[in-house]
This record gives sequence, structure tokens and C-alpha cells, in this order.
Amino acid sequence: MSTGSAISSPDIVPQAAPLLAARGLTKRFGSFVANDRVDVGFARGEIHALLGENGAGKSTLVKMLYGLLSPSEGEILWQGAPIALANPKAARALGVGMVFQHFSLFENLTVAENIALALPKSERLERVPARIAEISRAYGFALEPDRPVYSLSAGERQRIEIARCLLQDPKVLILDEPTSVLTPQEAERLFETLETLRGEGRALLYISHHLEEVKRLCDRATILRLGKVVATCDPRAETARSLAALMVGAQIKEVRGAGAHGLGEPRLVVAALSAPSPSLHGVSLKRVSLEVRGGEVLGVAGVAGNGQSELFAYLSGELIAGRAEAILIDGEPVGDVGVTGRRALKAAFVPEDRLGHAAAPDFTLSENIVLTGHGASGMTHAGFIDAKKALDKANEVVATFDVRKSGADPLARTLSGGNLQKFVVGREILSKPGLFVVNQPTWGVDALASAAIRQALLDLSARGVAVLVISQDLDELFEISDRIAVIHAGRLSEPREARETTREAVGLMMAGMDEGDHAH
Amino acid sequence: MNAQAVVDILMIVVSAATPLLIAAVGEIVAERAGVINLGLEGMMIVGAASGFAFAYLTDSTLLGVVAAALGGVAIAGVFAFLTLGLAANQVAAGLAMTIFGRGLANLVGAGFVGLKRARAPELRIPGLSDLPIVGKLLFGQDVFVYCAILLTAVVAYWLTRTRAGLTLRAVGEDHVSGHSLGLPVRSIRLAAVLFGGACAGVAGGYLSLAYTPFWSPDMTAGRGWIALALVVFASWRPWRALAGALLFGGVAVLALAFQGLGVPIPAQALNAAPYVTTIVVLVILSARDVRGATAPQSLGVSFIPDR
Amino acid sequence: MRIDLVARPQRSRLIEIAAPVAAMAVAILIGGVVVALVGRSPLTAFDVYFIEPLTQSYSLQAIAVKATPLVLIATGLIFCYRANFWNIGAEGQFVAGGALGGWLGLVTHDGALQGAIGGWWILPAMMVLGAIGGALYALIPALLRVRLNVSEILTSLMLVYVAQLALDWLVRGPWKDPEGHNLPVSVNFDPAASLPLLVDGGSLHLGVLFVPLAVALAAVVFSKTLFGYSVRLAGSAPRAARFGGFDDRAIAIAAFMISGALAGLAGVVEVSGKIGQLLPSISPGYGFSAIIVAFLGRLSPVGVLVAGLVLALTFVGGEDAQIAMHLPGDLTLAFQGVLLACVLAADVLARYRLLVSWGWGARS
Repeated sequence: MSTGSAISSPDIVPQAAPLLAARGLTKRFGSFVANDRVDVGFARGEIHALLGENGAGKSTLVKMLYGLLSPSEGEILWQGAPIALANPKAARALGVGMVFQHFSLFENLTVAENIALALPKSERLERVPARIAEISRAYGFALEPDRPVYSLSAGERQRIEIARCLLQDPKVLILDEPTSVLTPQEAERLFETLETLRGEGRALLYISHHLEEVKRLCDRATILRLGKVVATCDPRAETARSLAALMVGAQIKEVRGAGAHGLGEPRLVVAALSAPSPSLHGVSLKRVSLEVRGGEVLGVAGVAGNGQSELFAYLSGELIAGRAEAILIDGEPVGDVGVTGRRALKAAFVPEDRLGHAAAPDFTLSENIVLTGHGASGMTHAGFIDAKKALDKANEVVATFDVRKSGADPLARTLSGGNLQKFVVGREILSKPGLFVVNQPTWGVDALASAAIRQALLDLSARGVAVLVISQDLDELFEISDRIAVIHAGRLSEPREARETTREAVGLMMAGMDEGDHAH
Repeated sequence: MNAQAVVDILMIVVSAATPLLIAAVGEIVAERAGVINLGLEGMMIVGAASGFAFAYLTDSTLLGVVAAALGGVAIAGVFAFLTLGLAANQVAAGLAMTIFGRGLANLVGAGFVGLKRARAPELRIPGLSDLPIVGKLLFGQDVFVYCAILLTAVVAYWLTRTRAGLTLRAVGEDHVSGHSLGLPVRSIRLAAVLFGGACAGVAGGYLSLAYTPFWSPDMTAGRGWIALALVVFASWRPWRALAGALLFGGVAVLALAFQGLGVPIPAQALNAAPYVTTIVVLVILSARDVRGATAPQSLGVSFIPDR
Repeated sequence: MRIDLVARPQRSRLIEIAAPVAAMAVAILIGGVVVALVGRSPLTAFDVYFIEPLTQSYSLQAIAVKATPLVLIATGLIFCYRANFWNIGAEGQFVAGGALGGWLGLVTHDGALQGAIGGWWILPAMMVLGAIGGALYALIPALLRVRLNVSEILTSLMLVYVAQLALDWLVRGPWKDPEGHNLPVSVNFDPAASLPLLVDGGSLHLGVLFVPLAVALAAVVFSKTLFGYSVRLAGSAPRAARFGGFDDRAIAIAAFMISGALAGLAGVVEVSGKIGQLLPSISPGYGFSAIIVAFLGRLSPVGVLVAGLVLALTFVGGEDAQIAMHLPGDLTLAFQGVLLACVLAADVLARYRLLVSWGWGARS
């Protein structure tokens, strides 16, 4: 493993034999088969996509290639010979690097310290800042060694992860959903870096479920569904539709809007809400104003960490801003009212984290009904919970929203991501709200459940409910929103009609730039 | 008050501070790695008992110190098995160790109640130790004091300047990220906990070998708990623990000084002073820093790695 | 060597009940080994500790009397621990309640304040005062935690020492019996201020009836009421609790006050039922033993009842063993610590399977 300079490779044509390959690779967790006899090979000088929807097994596969998980069956081949990877250290020693979707960064430590921790012991601590400077020059991105990580944006943090890998001169670089936290402009810069790396003769694995990206960037694609390889192809030769069909294995019902329907009165009005963030590394809200009418879907776009959680918390009443008039629900000032009071006004809320926030993981489904339903009439009598009523309600949600579960009243944590999300969203819809606020409605949810949830949101708006959707997924927002606003650094932009704006324009606002600026 | 009285007072402050400092520095290492050890009191008292017993039987203070450290390590080992091996609740496991430690220590020490032996040796540098006033204070303390200061310096340097120390801090900040990076989270925590146990044991040994050269049941009187508070006071930094230990030691002296000056404070109030002070200090600290920003983020969270 | 924990898919009732039983068995085995090491017969020790006390009326009564403070305090601790608040200061709350309730016993000594209406009101008032004393004393760490985020572990514990020293000073000073030959004890309570005996000539007093009452109430509250739900939720998923509209500060304060009230009640019951006066020390560590009882009973009211009886058995057996076999009392304490450790281990093993691998794999 060389210590500094990039691999020099004059080859432009990628070598045919794969550098890293999986043969019959299988991984089981208990009775659940995450990867089922996967055969795939990754060649030098190639960007190879791993496509699949949430839960298809992409992450599990690459974790095995990186030594984080051990295979149940099958083998991993390096340059044709089988190897056993005991741990990530072994994988790195071989020349495999990985940039995870969820960064392994230590918030309170500096950039240099974070990078140093990922380097082998032979690297001396004092030399790290100099090495960082080398990498920055070679690949054209800036990293300040002494800044604490909590002060960095998502794009900057990702660069730390990439730098960690590059400093060990990997022959194979795996990237897991790298653009999920980036603005469109930051994603472009990433692609440039990846193309440089490909030119150096490295093999790149690119995991994604964003088809347009894959078509733009990747030379080959392997598609996983339910743990199996269903196809290998050249993504440039396929259409997005055909790739999607392969990924899902069925034609997804297109989400249909209900057609034009009249808009009612403003049911949610936020007037110049300025409020601090409760967490140390959070973002405060600055004079946020918005209005959602009955029958309308207002989408709030933004890259994670720009104030979405804070906005949701102040809207739901988990945080109180103090000024009663700052938030009006159906005309009632509720700025100083708590969650239960807002629910009494027929407002419903679905937060981002389904396990631990929207639902209590170790409580049963019926107990989770009580979580948000205890204020509703009939759920409690003189402080005593009506367990039968809660169970009936839970069964109603399960039946109406096709929630798959095992057992009569299982613990929330036993449901899959998609099913739990359907339960949580369904629970709030069945409370017959007039205002519906949801944060990341389909994050980490499989395509079928996502479509069902988005359809449910559109149906709500058709019934005259005011719907506010906060989401990082621009596709989703453009699919269901009537108007779109962008939250950046705690400020909310003026909403625009979804029909009259473009992804690029929204992307610029997500990065904090006006349409007039140019991305650099 | 003449200079000699001041020196005497400072001497008492230092000796009251020493066991607190040793235990606190060890606990800082453990907590920086992410483990909160409420068994500190139990480890300390086991150290006191085993230290005295061994020193008495072998007539060697050094062997007594070794035994004290090993006693602390033994209890820490059980604690580590419960919390790291079995991922049991750290608070409950720590309490179990304290309760068990008290019982065990009293059992071990039962045969040694009332026995006396020579104090631990004090430093003697001819010339320096005989200086008026500062001589005894700076150069004539017993060896534990100098070891405590050395320990503080070594740990402070190790935590901030070495790679191993950085690794330990990282594990305490975010064990999930640490595990993803391939850092051996549980091994590091094990080493940190055992080190903390050894320090607690030695702190206890100080009590029974130097502070008062005899053993009596329950002689730690809650110092382990005060050491825990000291860690918070010190914002998990060793040099600040030194300052804090002197402060707490000072409170004990203040109590005696009041008594000496004839202020009619009941003995119980004097005895309560360290505990009340601890509460007051914690309150002042929190009022200043409500979000607790400096605590290691993974402190107290059990770690169960994927296989 | 590497130990791995693999979650069990189902949680069977059987394992949940078997776990503490297994823990007890292991702890007894370890105790037996220790007894053998000090040169006594483990079998005899087992007999004296666990069997003998169950065969005599006086020791059965002693067990019930001993279990009373343990179960009362532990029931209160459940409220705190289920909500993830580590109230370690129950011992101090016990003392505070015993002192405040006992104070009424002192001022009504020798028929004082009983005038025309008689003394029937004294006992109930003492019980109430005891509960109030404990509740108020527990309010201190609660407020410090809720307002200033100060660790309740440290504050509640420091306050134990403060309470003990305060009582010590009171009994040796202002509350000392002036006719007591300078002994550090208070006056004896009047019969009107003492819990009556249920068995003539025995030790079983009325206070034991608080136990089934408290346990039943706690059981109902936890399983059926919204308040109990909110306490469980606050400990299990605090963010969800806030999302559900439950005020975590209010829950914290309520939990601490309930816990303190029960500990304080236990204190006044002990003082007016068993001791009959105030002494410099009124507890041999009940507040700490109750922590073991709470965990041994897996934080459930009925479990705590059973666990409290078991632990009381070891206390009574321990006292007998001290006399009959010259086994030191500290052995009981050490045994209880071992028992708690075994219970914690068993609790984890009930939820996870253990996978021990030797050699390869330098992971973690």
C-alpha cells in the first residue's frame, strides 16, 4: 500500500477481470435472508452502480465486501483468489475503502483528529495535517484540519470521509448513497471527484436508488431485489422506467393527484417565527413564515440539518416558541400551546424518526395508539386507559393501511420500516385531522409503501385537509406538492408553485444561493 | 495565624485531596471511554481493605499498594464483565459493585480492625525538605501525593497528545462511529475500566496506608461518590480534577478550622460539609453550562456490536 | 475471546420469570463457596439463612416486618427507575420521613396535644407527615435534575449522608430524652403514636398492611392508568413521550415525589412500628437494599413484593447466622451485591443469547 501519491495508471480501457468479486455470497440474520447467492464483479477504471430500493440488500452486500459482516455462505474474491475479511482493517489493508451513507464522524473532535482515527497506526499524528493538505490539492477540495466537525456542512463532512479513504490509497472505493445528503450542486462536485478517481484506474462501487444519477455517472449497474441479483446492465442503455421496473419487479402505480380542487381557508399560519434550537449543534429558526390552505400540499425542501427538525418541533408543540400569535391553527393562536392542545384542534403530526419518536419501539401497537390518541374522546376514562378501544383502533389502522405485522398486538420494533411508517402515518390520518404535518414521510421506506403513503397524503388534501410535507426527496416533493418552499440555515424561502419551478432552482435555494448565482 | 498554621492547613488539604484525585483521574479515563462507574466507592474500599491487609501481613507498604490496586481491579473486572460483556445497565451494575464491595471489604478487613502499622514513607530530599515552611509542603509529602500528581500529568498528556488517547476519546464520544472505523470499542473500554479500578483501589490504599495507617469498616465514607462528582466538576480533564480535589480537600479543612476557632458548629455539620459542597458545586457547574456540552457523548450507553 | 450478544426474537414469559430465579440460585452457589472458604459448612449455612427462618413464627414475623420497608421503598423506586431516573437516595428519604413523622411522636409524648379529642389522630398524621417528609426530601434532587440537569445520582446520594448526619445531630442534641441517662435516644412514643401489634407478644405490627396496599395500587397505576403509561413511556422512549404530549418534567417530579413519599412512609412505619422511638440511626441500609429488591423484582410491583420477602429472609437468616454460626453480618451485604449482579446478568441473558468465540477476529 503506497503512502502518498495516487496510483498512476495509463490504462484508459478498464481491465476485463474483476478486481473484487462476490461469488454465491449469502447473508442471513436469523431467518431473514438479506443477500441470496449474489454474484457480482467490480473492475478497475469503472464506476459500477449497485441499484435497488430500500431493503434490497445493497448495504449488507457492501458491508461484507468491507469486512464489517461475515458471510453466511459463498466467497469474496480478490484478483481471482478467495479471501476472508476479518474486519474493516483487513479490507483496508487489501485496498478497499468505503464512504458510508451515515458518516462515522466524531462531532466534538476536529477534522484532523477524525481523519487520523481512520488511518492505520503507522501514520504519525503530527503528519496528518500535511497529508490532508496534499489530498486537498490533488482532488481540489478544501479541508481545514482544525475545525470541529459539528460546525461543518454535510458536503464538507462527506469530504472528510472521502479523504479518510483516499489517504490509504484504495484500489476499490465503495460509496453508499453518497448524494442523499447533498444539494444538486454538491453532488456535481462529487461526480467530478469520482470521475478523476476512475481515471486513476480505481474501481468504484456506487450504491444508489437515484436512477438519473446512475445513468449519468455509471458504466455498469447491478440490480438487487429482495437480496438477489436480478440484472446486470449498462445503465446508459436503459431508461429510468426500465431500471425502476427491474428494481421493484412490478409496475408501481403512479401516484395520481385528485385533480384540481378548490382551496379552503388557511388552516396553518406561521408568522415570523424565530426560535432557538434546543440542541448544541442545531439550527435556530429565523423569521419563518408560511401559510397552508385547506386542500393544499405545501412542500418544504431542504438538505438535512437546516432546521427541519426544529421547524417540526415548533409546529407540533414539542417546543414552545412563547409567542401565541406566531402559530395559528384554524385561526386559533397556538404558539404557547403544547402538543395535546394542538391535537385537540385537529392537527396531526408525523416526525422523522419512526422508532423512538413517532412510536415507542418497546411498546405494542395498541399502546402506540394511546401515544397520540390519549387526548381523543373515549380513549381514557378518569385517567384510566381504555385498552380495548386502543386495540380496536390499532386494528383499524392495520386494516386500512395494509400494515404487515406478526402477532395480534406486536411490539412496534418488530415491524419493518415501511410497515411501521404506514402504521404511524395511518394512525394520524385516522384521527381525522384538519391539518397534517409530516417530516420525511418516506425516508428509508420501500417503493410500494412509499407510493401508498404519498397517495394517502394526496387523498387527505383532496378532502380539504391542509398538508405540510418536509422532505429531502425532491422527486417526492415535486410529485405531490402544490407549492414548494426551501428551508436553509433556518430560513424559509417564499413558496413557489411546483409547476412553475425547476429542480435546479430549488437545488440552488437548498444550497443557500439565489437563482441568479452560479454554482461553483 | 502564623505561617506554620498555614502550612499545617495546606498539608491537610493536600492529604484530603490525594485520594479524591487518584480516584477521579482513573474515573476520568473510564468516563472518557464512555463508561460510568458507580462502583468507584466499592473499588476504593476494597482497595483500602486489601491494601492494609497485605501490607500488614508482608510488612511492606509497596506490596500493600499493589494489593490495593489489584483489589480495585478485581471488582472492576466483574463490573466490566457485566457492563461490557453482557451490556448490562451501567448504573445498576455499578451500584451492585458498591454494595458488594462494602460487604467484601468489611469481611476482608474484619481480621485487621484495630491493628496498626507504620505510615507510608514520606519523601526526603536532604536540603530541600528541610526548607522552612515550603520544605515539608513541597518536598516532604508522602509518596502517594507525588504519585497522584505524576498520574495526573501522565494521563493528561496521554489523553490529548497520543493516538491511543485520541482513540479512547473517540470511543467515548461515539462508539457507533468508532466501531464502524474498526476501533476495538469494548477492549478499549475494558482497559479503561480496569485502569479506573486500579486507581480507585490505590486511592483506597492511600487511606489505609498513609492517611490513617489502619483499617476501619466503611472508612472511605463516601469519597468514591465525591470523586465521581469531581469528574463532572473537572469537565473530564485531569488538571482540573487536581484543582477540584484541592477545593474539596479545602472544605474538609475549613470544617476543622472552624472547630479550631471555636465556632460552635456541631460535628455532624462539619462531617456533612463535603457532601453539601459537592451538591453546591454540581449546581453551580450546571447553571453555567446547562447543556452539558463537555460530557463524552456516549457516556453510559451500552454497546452491542453487530456480528 | 469475544462475547457477542444476539437478540432473542421472542421474549417468553417463562424466561422472564426464570431469570431472577436462576440468578438467585447462582448467587446462593457463590455464597456457598465463600462460606466454605471461611471454614464453615455451606449446607448448614443454607439451612440457617433460608430454611430455618421459615419454620418459626417469630422469624416469620421478623421477615414480614423487615420486608415492609424494603417493599415499600422498592415500590416507590419502580416509579423512578422505570422512567430512567436513578434515585439512589431512598435511604435519605427514609430518614427524612422517619424524622418528620417521628417528630410528631415526640411532641405528643406523655399525652401532650391529646386533650379532649384523644390520640386517635396521631398515627394517621404521623404516616402522612412521614410521606410528606420523604416526598419533600426527594424533591430536591428532582428539581435540581429537572431545572439544572444536575445528576440525580450524585445529588440524591449526597443527601443521604446529610440526612443521616442531621438525624444523628437531632437525636444526640435537641431531641435527646432528657430523662434518658444521657443516652443518645429520644423519648419513647406513646401507644397512640405507635403502630399496634397484630400478634400478641410478637413483632408483627399494623404497618405491614401498607405493603399489599402499596403494591396493589402501584400495579393498577402502571398497567391501567395514563399516568403509569406516561412513566413507562418516559423511560422507554423519552422523545416519543414528549411527542405524545407528556411533560417529562412533571413526570420526573411526580416519580421522585412518589418514590420519596413511599420511602418516607417506610421510615415512619419503621420508627413507630418497630423501633418505637428515634435513634441516631434508624436504618441498617434499607434504602440501598431496596435498590436490589427493585431490580430483583424486575421493576414490577408484584415482583418487588416477592423479591422483598426473599431479601428480608436473607436479612433475618443473616442475623441468625451471626449468632448461630459466627458468620459476619457483612456476608449478607456481600451476598446481596452478588445477587444484584447475577440478576443484572440474568436480565440481559433473558433478552439476548450469548455467543462466545475464541481466537480469530480482532474485531471489537
